[in-house]
Amino acid sequence: MNYNWNWGIFFQPNPMGTGTYLDMLLSGLVLTLKTAALAWIIALITGSLVGVMRTLPSKGANWFGFAYVEFFRNMPLLVQLFLWFFVLPELLPKGAGTWLKQLPNAPFWTAAIGVGFFMSARVAVQLQAGIGSLPRGQKMAATALGLTTAQGYRYVLLPMAFRIILPPLTSEFLNTIKNTAVAITIGLLELTGQARSMQEFSFQVFEAFTAATILYLLVNAVVVTAMRFLERWVAIPGYITGK
Amino acid sequence: MFGNLDFDVIRRALPYLFYEGMTFTLTLTGLAALGGLVFGTALALMRLSGLKLLGRIAGVYVDFMRSLPLVLVIFWFYFLVPYIGQWVTGASRPISVGAFASSLITFIMFEAAYFSEIMRAGIQSISRGQPAAASALGLTYAQTMRYVVLPQAFRNMLPVLITQTIVLFQDTSLVYVLSITDFLGAASKVAQRDGRLVEMYLFAAVVYFTISCIASFGVRRLQARIAIIR
Repeated sequence: MNYNWNWGIFFQPNPMGTGTYLDMLLSGLVLTLKTAALAWIIALITGSLVGVMRTLPSKGANWFGFAYVEFFRNMPLLVQLFLWFFVLPELLPKGAGTWLKQLPNAPFWTAAIGVGFFMSARVAVQLQAGIGSLPRGQKMAATALGLTTAQGYRYVLLPMAFRIILPPLTSEFLNTIKNTAVAITIGLLELTGQARSMQEFSFQVFEAFTAATILYLLVNAVVVTAMRFLERWVAIPGYITGK
Repeated sequence: MFGNLDFDVIRRALPYLFYEGMTFTLTLTGLAALGGLVFGTALALMRLSGLKLLGRIAGVYVDFMRSLPLVLVIFWFYFLVPYIGQWVTGASRPISVGAFASSLITFIMFEAAYFSEIMRAGIQSISRGQPAAASALGLTYAQTMRYVVLPQAFRNMLPVLITQTIVLFQDTSLVYVLSITDFLGAASKVAQRDGRLVEMYLFAAVVYFTISCIASFGVRRLQARIAIIR
């Protein structure tokens, strides 16, 4: 292989004047984590609401939940990001559209919102399955105790359901982190984006992508380990994984 | 809101969008699904083979691929494949590989990790009595897999496999980062040439949505049919 390896490249100054190439990649990593964190908050909140709606004893709520999930699941994430980034500002009233376009950090907010709503549909499906996996008696017992529907969800169904779906939620969280890389297409300089620009400036393709790969693997390992602790901590007594 | 939109631009771009773009997208999806399924099944068999080293290799490969973003993997292979080609053919310089070949290799290697997990679940869903009966009949390991286990595993997992292929169909849009003319790439090229981002991206969204919706509706019907047979 006639490729000029140069692992020292990471400690050479980058052309942006923001320190070394390594600093460039690390700032990308920070942005990836920030975007993923905000997206995950959006996904958890809206996904939980929609997931609950799909299990409510109301036809209208069920239908809305179904339509919501189908809408966000059947379009590529890239297309959804383009819709948020290029199309939405044009369709809004003029003032609001201009305000959106001139927003500082527009790629960051767009990526967080776009990835967040994309992932919320998946969270909703998981939560629906979690609630569905509980015995029917739980809901009936809650009603028999005089709890309202809202109280039944708050104190009986959701605390169980969320603990049951913790493992699949972990992989959805990892997907959220990975999906932020798609935002490279709207100009977000997250980890993949920084690796790509490092490659363009320095021509050291494989060093740049190797570093990005290692950073992604590290993040993955940290999240998986942390979630395993959380899983053990909140495990339901009496279940296979319980104490 | 929709007042100053020009939907005629879509009509004029239709031949380009579908003959060039959609053909690329569908060919890539089909071939990648096929290749990914074959390679993925091989990985699943390696993991379940009982040979520790083989299982370990397949496991590391699958975990590795599944912890990387697809965009990064696309870049990796785009730059790596010419060097691999040089190494395989013994050429003196990195060989140039077309955009299609490069993205096809990427998606086969990437999707195989996901297909292998599905096939592994499928193989494990077969009751122990089946391979036992097969070896009692004197079938070799290869014959057992070929005639007894894999057909059933494949059949049980068909809905999940198709669902994964729908995801793959949507994911092929990411070749956009290599400026390839797939369906979304074609739409985006027209959009930028004519300054009609809104119309073209809305149309692309509608097309992807319609195809994925119809396909997942089909999966649901298939699931119902399979459920009755079992």
